[in-house]
Amino acid sequence: MAMLHTVNKSPFQSNALDACLGLAKSGSTVLLFEDGVYAATVGTAVADKIAKANGINFAVLGPDARARGIESKLADGIKVVDYDGFVELVAESDKVQAWL
Amino acid sequence: MAKKFLYMNTKAPYGTIYALESLEVVLIGAAFEQDVSLAFIGDGVYQLTKGQKTDGIGMKCFAPTYAALGDYEVTKIYVEKESMEERGLTLDDLQHLVWEDEDEDYAEKDSIRLVSKAELADIIDGQDVIMSF
Repeated sequence: MAMLHTVNKSPFQSNALDACLGLAKSGSTVLLFEDGVYAATVGTAVADKIAKANGINFAVLGPDARARGIESKLADGIKVVDYDGFVELVAESDKVQAWL
Repeated sequence: MAKKFLYMNTKAPYGTIYALESLEVVLIGAAFEQDVSLAFIGDGVYQLTKGQKTDGIGMKCFAPTYAALGDYEVTKIYVEKESMEERGLTLDDLQHLVWEDEDEDYAEKDSIRLVSKAELADIIDGQDVIMSF
C-alpha cells in the first residue's frame, strides 16, 4: 500500500483536510480521527470534498466517531477501523504523513 | 444586581479541552445566581449531539451534564441554525434539553432555541459579559 495520511482536525476549523486532499495521490489512504471524523459525516458543507476525491481510500477511527455520537451519520464507502486497524494501516503503508 | 452572562461555545468536544472547561465554568458560575445563557456556534454545536459514548477513547463523557443545566436554572441555550445546517444536523441529532418552570407547576420546557445568525447577534448585543470557549 502506498501512503497513509492522517487528519485529526475538524474540516470546519482547519485547512488540514484541504491541504491533505490537495497533495494526496491516487491509491493513498486518508485516516480521519479525533475531530477529523466530522469530515466523514453526511449532509455537511464539506461532504463533497470526500465524495469527489477519486482514487483516495478513506477510513475513520471508530472510537472517535462513537465518542462524538456521529457513528450513524458516517458516509457510505468509508471504512471504520479501531485502534488495531489504525496500527495495521500504518504497518501496511510505506510511510505516514500526519496533517496537523 | 444580576448581570447577563453569555458563554459562547465554538469548539467540538473531546478534540480540545474547551468544551469541558466551558461546562465547568458555567456550572460554577450558575451558583452565583446570574442571568446565564449559553450559545453554541460553529463546531460548538457538536457538543450537544446525542449518543456520545467515550468508552473507546478513555475520556470522561461529559455530554450527560448538559441535561443537568436546567436544574442549575440555565434555561436559555441558543444553537445557531446556520452552523447546524453547514454540518448536516437537525434538532433531532441533539440531546433534548429541558427545564422545569416552577411558575407553571414545574412544566417541562425546551431549553434549546434554534436561532439565526441575525437573532444571535441581537442576543449577544444584549449581554453584559461574554466568555468564549
